[in-house]
Amino acid sequence: MTDKTRRMDPIGLGVRALTRFAGSPLTARLKLHGPASALIRSGAQVGFGAVNGAGRQFKAMRNWTSSSRGSRPPRQDLFDLTPSDEQQMIAETMEQVAAELLRPNAEAAEAAGAPSPELEAQANELGVLAMAIPETLGGAMSERSPVTSALIAEHLAHGDMGIAVSLLATPSVALLLTDYGNAAQQDAFLAPMTADEDAPTASLAITEERALFAPHDLGTRVRQDGGTLRLSGTKSLVVNGSRSDFYVVAARSPEGAPGLYIVEAAAPGIQVEAQPAMGLRAAGLSRVRFDDVALRDDAALDLGEGDYDCIIASARAAWCALAVGTATAVRDYCIPYANERQAFGEPISHRQSVAFMIANMGIERDGLRLATLRAASRLEQGEDALREVQLARTLAARHAMQIASDGVQIFGGHGFVKEYPVERWYRDLRATALMEGAVLL
Amino acid sequence: MLNLETPKKFKPIIHQAHQIGAEMFRPISRKYDRAEHTKPVELDMLASLMDGMNASGGEGAGAGKLKQDAGGDSGVRNGANMTAVLGMTELCWGDVGLALSIPRQGLGNAAIAAVANEEQLKRFNGRWVAMAITEPHAGSDSAAIRASAERDGDDYILNGEKIYVTAGERADALVVWASLDRSKGRAAIKAFLVEKDRPGLTLERLEHKLGIRASDTAAFRLENCRVPAENLLGSPEIDTSKGFGGVMQTFDNTRPIVAAMAVGLTRAAIEETRRILADAGVHIDYRRPRTHGHAAAAKLMECEADWEAARLLTLRAAWMADNGQPNALEASMCKAKAGRTAVDTALACVELCGSVGYGEDELIEKWARDAKILDIFEGTQQIQLLIVARRLLGKTSSELR
Repeated sequence: MTDKTRRMDPIGLGVRALTRFAGSPLTARLKLHGPASALIRSGAQVGFGAVNGAGRQFKAMRNWTSSSRGSRPPRQDLFDLTPSDEQQMIAETMEQVAAELLRPNAEAAEAAGAPSPELEAQANELGVLAMAIPETLGGAMSERSPVTSALIAEHLAHGDMGIAVSLLATPSVALLLTDYGNAAQQDAFLAPMTADEDAPTASLAITEERALFAPHDLGTRVRQDGGTLRLSGTKSLVVNGSRSDFYVVAARSPEGAPGLYIVEAAAPGIQVEAQPAMGLRAAGLSRVRFDDVALRDDAALDLGEGDYDCIIASARAAWCALAVGTATAVRDYCIPYANERQAFGEPISHRQSVAFMIANMGIERDGLRLATLRAASRLEQGEDALREVQLARTLAARHAMQIASDGVQIFGGHGFVKEYPVERWYRDLRATALMEGAVLL
Repeated sequence: MLNLETPKKFKPIIHQAHQIGAEMFRPISRKYDRAEHTKPVELDMLASLMDGMNASGGEGAGAGKLKQDAGGDSGVRNGANMTAVLGMTELCWGDVGLALSIPRQGLGNAAIAAVANEEQLKRFNGRWVAMAITEPHAGSDSAAIRASAERDGDDYILNGEKIYVTAGERADALVVWASLDRSKGRAAIKAFLVEKDRPGLTLERLEHKLGIRASDTAAFRLENCRVPAENLLGSPEIDTSKGFGGVMQTFDNTRPIVAAMAVGLTRAAIEETRRILADAGVHIDYRRPRTHGHAAAAKLMECEADWEAARLLTLRAAWMADNGQPNALEASMCKAKAGRTAVDTALACVELCGSVGYGEDELIEKWARDAKILDIFEGTQQIQLLIVARRLLGKTSSELR
């Protein structure tokens, strides 16, 4: 995999990413002229400045997750709900991508078990992948911001959660390698992701198939076999499982601690099978078996104290962000329906029983969103966020699910049939309470 | 830049308010719960302290200084509304009834701050003002109030009955809502400042209540009570296009304050229950999925999650007010979420703690009684849901009733 990209000047790579975005016919078709050109301007100002200090910036990026490691991004000591200009532009871009690409293709992607290659290419052309890769490696990420990642996940999931999860699987591994990969791992696995053709896809596999699974009690294990590390175990609900070029697998290390290991899909001893579930059917959920798979010498990510907890928390927060987006989709879809649907001579929204469901959708969606953004901003600031993530996840598990359930209820029989997307959102939102890994902020 | 942490600059005010809650309110909390209608004399000293805080910092912890900020400059502001919310949270972590009894911090003061003109602000400065809206036949439906105000020369003559006036006995004056012309609906309803010594104003009785017993709840009769025309707050014009206008806008500022009360009480219940559960061997592990631990720990985590949502919704509403953004929707959202979270959490905490929670040796049962009013006054849960639903659905009050 190391040979797939030729060495290029970092600024050249950055220019290439931006040019590809700006020149894309999609940019014009999706009316992204405004956000796109603004994004490029900000890239030209902020991004290229950062490239010159590549070495230092790299170190800073590696440090964002841990409060005990060196410098953190500057923190503004004001309570503020205003996204930065760049975040606003990215959010608007993703909103358009969700509305124009994801929502119209949700049904087809669900049936196919994956978004179409065209859709995937288009989304990545518009920056979904590039924004998870540092500019120094040819991506478009000017600063490592879990808040920005949360906004991306939220807005994509407003289009469709299954497709969003599928699209974000590889970028999430890119974020993981950005934060924890050593130079050799980044060179081999992260840099090739920016290639125009044959870019590798990847998936972060944590979940295992048993009730009461917890990421700290891993059945998947790595053992030392002479000079070789060997991996055995089964991962469940692996996103894009059958078409990933490599996985990052959570497994118990020979020393007994939870660790993360890069595993190439082509290695002997790996079996993949489809594992269709209640929802997220566009995400290609799979069961992946590892039978004494020999790992590369540098397969293990170098995790420090608390890093694994932080990665698990980041993934849970990402699922919360997805839940915010899909819950927003339910709310937005129910409002016009409740206003148009007539019963007993007036719109059903004139009845408190229906109107109060809508009110509660709004209240609980906003509460979940604020709790999720708080968790993300704490991750960004290097603060301990385990508690905040758990609170947001608890809200997602209960209230986002209730929103989806009420969404089907408001549509009644229409909600139960596949003519409307509310039944899909109901199936998808159940996942947010139980999924581990796969997506990251 | 998105940041949802509480800024350091609020640390001193939070600390002060917390100390009042911990060292003054908590020790006398049960005393005044039992001795209903007895004036908590300890609070007189507190009033001077709060005055001192207001004078020195310009921003106190109570509701007295609220004003919708014009938001002139372009920078983000964390101002009086956020200060009030954070301070009130700590005070009510101590005791809601006592927080409502702090002199000169009444909701009537908030109404004055919101709608009074410069001359009135000056004239009413330093008064403790209670809010008198509810009548025996009109609670949530405040447009249906029957109290009347009739112009007579330089005065207005007020007649009617007012109930559920928080701090009515101890306050110096009331803000009385009365109609200039009942045929003209909401637009004719105006707020009048009525000093307690005005002839014709009679305190009829004090209520015996489920909770917040430290706070007096008074009923008044107004019989040809004469007040000078300058005591009308806001404009005397009946502008039917504006409806309630300024008076109702008071609520956009005060609802987050009442939500903050609920946020404070909820946190008190969660903290105390966590301590009691720990004594029973139940601990909370935020790393593990909540369904894996003890059911009591899972329940408490759900309460804490709802509290976090309520808290952040409340801070958002205050932040919007500080930055000059209209926040009627968000104010109702936070009030609805915080009110029900306080009730649900406090009741759950009593259940989780069993006989320890139900008995009077701990304060949890008291908080469960105090909590209920927080989902009723300043707009019930149902009124908040109506406001939120109308906004989200784009409906008028005649369409969605």
